[in-house]
Amino acid sequence: MHTFKGFVTKEFYHIFRDKRSMLILFGMPIIQLILFGFAIRNELTQAHIAVLDHSKDAVTRELIHKIDASKYFTVSDELQNADQIKPAFQRGKIKEVIVLEPHFSRTLRRDGQAHVQLVTDATDPNMAQMVSEYTQAIISDYQQSLDQPGIIQAETMIPKTVMLFNPQLKSVNLFVPGLIAVILMLISALMTSISITREKEMGTMEVLLVSPLKPYQIIVGKVIPYMVLSLVNVLTVLILARTIFGVPFRGSFVLFMFEALLFILTALSLGLFISTISNNQQTAMMVSLAGLLLPTVILSGFIFPISSMPWILQMLSRIIPARWFLVIVRGIMLKGIGLQYLWKETLILGGMTLFFIVLSVRNFKIRLD
Amino acid sequence: MRTIRFLLQKEFLQIFRNKGMLPIIFVMPVVQLIILSNAATFELNKVNFYLVDHNHSTTSQELVSHFESTGYFKLNGYSQSVDDGIQSILAGRDEMVLTIPPNFERDLKARKHADLQLIINGVDGSIANLILSYSQSIIGKYNASIQPTVRQLDVNHNVGQINVQSVNWYNPELNYINYMVPGILVVLVTMIGMFLSGMNIVREREIGTIEQLNVTPIKRYQFITGKLLPFWIIGLFEMAFGLGIARWGFGIPFVGSFWLVMLITAIYLLAVQGLGLLISTMTDTQQQAMFIAWFISVVFILMGGLFTPIESMPIWAQRLTWINPIAYFIEIMRMVLLKGAGIKDIWELTTALLVMAGIVLTLAISRYRKASV
Amino acid sequence: MSEAIISVDRLTKKFGEFTAVNAVSFNVGRGEIFGFLGANGAGKTTAIRMLTGLLVPTSGEALVAGFDVYDEPEKIKQNIGYMSQRFSLYEDLTVRENIRLYGGIYGLSNREIKEKTNELLETLGLTNVSDSRIGSLPLGWKQKLAFSIAIMHEPKIVFLDEPTGGVDPITRRQFWEQIYAEAEQGTTVFVTTHYMDEAEYCDRISIMVDGDLKALDTPGNLKKNYSVDSINEVFIKLAGTAERSE
Repeated sequence: MHTFKGFVTKEFYHIFRDKRSMLILFGMPIIQLILFGFAIRNELTQAHIAVLDHSKDAVTRELIHKIDASKYFTVSDELQNADQIKPAFQRGKIKEVIVLEPHFSRTLRRDGQAHVQLVTDATDPNMAQMVSEYTQAIISDYQQSLDQPGIIQAETMIPKTVMLFNPQLKSVNLFVPGLIAVILMLISALMTSISITREKEMGTMEVLLVSPLKPYQIIVGKVIPYMVLSLVNVLTVLILARTIFGVPFRGSFVLFMFEALLFILTALSLGLFISTISNNQQTAMMVSLAGLLLPTVILSGFIFPISSMPWILQMLSRIIPARWFLVIVRGIMLKGIGLQYLWKETLILGGMTLFFIVLSVRNFKIRLD
Repeated sequence: MRTIRFLLQKEFLQIFRNKGMLPIIFVMPVVQLIILSNAATFELNKVNFYLVDHNHSTTSQELVSHFESTGYFKLNGYSQSVDDGIQSILAGRDEMVLTIPPNFERDLKARKHADLQLIINGVDGSIANLILSYSQSIIGKYNASIQPTVRQLDVNHNVGQINVQSVNWYNPELNYINYMVPGILVVLVTMIGMFLSGMNIVREREIGTIEQLNVTPIKRYQFITGKLLPFWIIGLFEMAFGLGIARWGFGIPFVGSFWLVMLITAIYLLAVQGLGLLISTMTDTQQQAMFIAWFISVVFILMGGLFTPIESMPIWAQRLTWINPIAYFIEIMRMVLLKGAGIKDIWELTTALLVMAGIVLTLAISRYRKASV
Repeated sequence: MSEAIISVDRLTKKFGEFTAVNAVSFNVGRGEIFGFLGANGAGKTTAIRMLTGLLVPTSGEALVAGFDVYDEPEKIKQNIGYMSQRFSLYEDLTVRENIRLYGGIYGLSNREIKEKTNELLETLGLTNVSDSRIGSLPLGWKQKLAFSIAIMHEPKIVFLDEPTGGVDPITRRQFWEQIYAEAEQGTTVFVTTHYMDEAEYCDRISIMVDGDLKALDTPGNLKKNYSVDSINEVFIKLAGTAERSE
């Protein structure tokens, strides 16, 4: 027991003395939180657009002015002919060209209709749709201001909407749970796998194996510091998310910690497994990053909704532990639900943990022989 | 010069003897392209919804069938209790509750206001938004279909209707994959240039073989060239390979010049390899190097406009992109591959990349010492 | 004694508060086998790294092969060979490939590399495993190969840092036979070791204790002066007050 305690202490020292890694281990989640909270969003502000006004009369000028005045758009260019559209897009700044036909107000009066064409740069389809929709909204607004009072537009079916759990649709509320999962996965799985593989690569693993420490003690000793680190990180992120961004926490804190610990164990067992199949740190790193972290970020529902993915990828996402953890964390934090809704996901995580531990032990024994 | 040849021999031998390397070079791009480009979408698939219909009229049933006939919505449960509907959202069975008030049909026929209620799961804001706008559009269309719009064209007042037509260039089908692929290729090349290249150098330091080299008359530039050149070549190959897969495996139409892309890639690689080299001068262990590189690349990638547009970021974040090589590269790639931009369109961005490469490499090389102090 | 090919004057290395090498002074003559003894942690490796241009001294002077360690480390490197304490050839390259690499770096022509390779393989008896990865060879063979590569370009001085660490006594003997052969050709050999019996093989030895040079003479003189029969005992007398050791 004494040897074991000494070993664990040494592992702690090892990690804490590495000031650079410490800085990153604690700093990165915070930076990521700030990024996701403040910078990563999908909104539209002051998008640069150009106008090709063939008519230049009072109506078109007013329309253009109205669009420019909105916070969504800035009219930064006035084109003279249609040939200029392509180069305007090529140069990259313009997102949309609004084309107004000649003799606009006259045509509007005489024929009852005039045409506006919105040419959007659809390389970013999300953005293009937003730009187009917002422009149309402004135009239809303008249309209404042209219409005289007394004209009835029967719009009697108007839905009232309630957005549950996230009334302002803040994206940070969606990201924070995912961020927690990613951090845990990074620290617990990646760091553990590299730490164990490092001993193998440096040759010091053999020294450990012939010491009075039993193999399971070596593993537990290597793993405990990262567990502690993960927990500290999770709590830090949680506190910051609550205080700075007001991310809600509606469910049971005890349940949350329990589930977090469970997920840490899952990530640790994965890290362990990776270390049994890697011979050097480079391999461990690549496998952890490409095989674990990347799928976690992409397929777990962290940023991209699983429901939008093609069927195969939805199936694939089921074998990613983080996917289930995200359901749990979002459920607890945003929906405020408890174990009665989340037992299935919890069981799945537990099963995965067991599976990987068994696999690792088996691999480890094979190595020793 | 001859020395460099010997070094390159050694490097390539080592790289390809590393069992993990070949899968990384060949399998990773394919997997990343397939998974990332298919997963990275915000489109709407089937939305399960819960119906609370207090009206039970033909009109209310018609409304529901309007929802279902779009193919986006599926009626998954119903009852008379809104609370039950909310429960089903809590349980994750449904994403939305549609509540139809008791006097729905009657109010509509009397040209009075009819209140529908939508309760939407707001956890994922972008999906919730989509659900909302699709629902609103369905309701609006249904409304228009049963209520003739009453308009009086007053000849004196000269009003008409503005017709808006929307045309999408470069991506008429609004295909998200096309948008993502250039960015994914950027990430691939970055991983090779920064991670693999940088860690490779630190590895020699960590296992001690660098000492044997440092004690020879080998010159600094020879050593660095020997270390960077192999991964520079591999990075270029990876880009070409990735482009090939995208073009012929995925059928993504790339319009720009292949050689222009390769030229820019060559410059970009110098910049990120310089970063990798710089990182390697700051640390002695691969673990640390990997960590630092990971940290930098995550920040740069997120802020580089890969997933969310730079224009949507707050001003301070946008300013930061000025020093972010990944942002420049993604922008150039999208412009050239998707819009066919030429050298005159991108020369400013390219120059910025060149300057960055120059600064980083100079810094890194000057920090690299054969002797410790 | 022939002219000094290494001259060291009050060479010092401090790491912050810690003084690893404390103002040591000595000379090494051309063609000598100079033993640099001391316990682990006494400062031997630090000293050798300063002389080979791997570490910049804090103060003091040193000339190696006529070149100054501060001003012309690269010229020094052209004239020396080095074998580090920690095995530092490439384990994932073959014997042949390692030889070729270092031959090339030291400027040997292709023909010379070929000749040297065959010579080396035969002398060391490694012809059968010439295309095996070094990582698969036993430690003794690896060490011998490292030594051979260190002298392949026929340097004036070869620095050996604990070359016989961890090998069996027979291999150790063979190693020293190699060193003798080398010295006979006129190469100066500067070797550090913590095996005190190896001191007998050297022309002169010095003993470092806690960063200080505590003895400098031929093995015979030292034994006489301290009235003991073995260098081991000399060492025990000197290092009795040593504080630093692993």
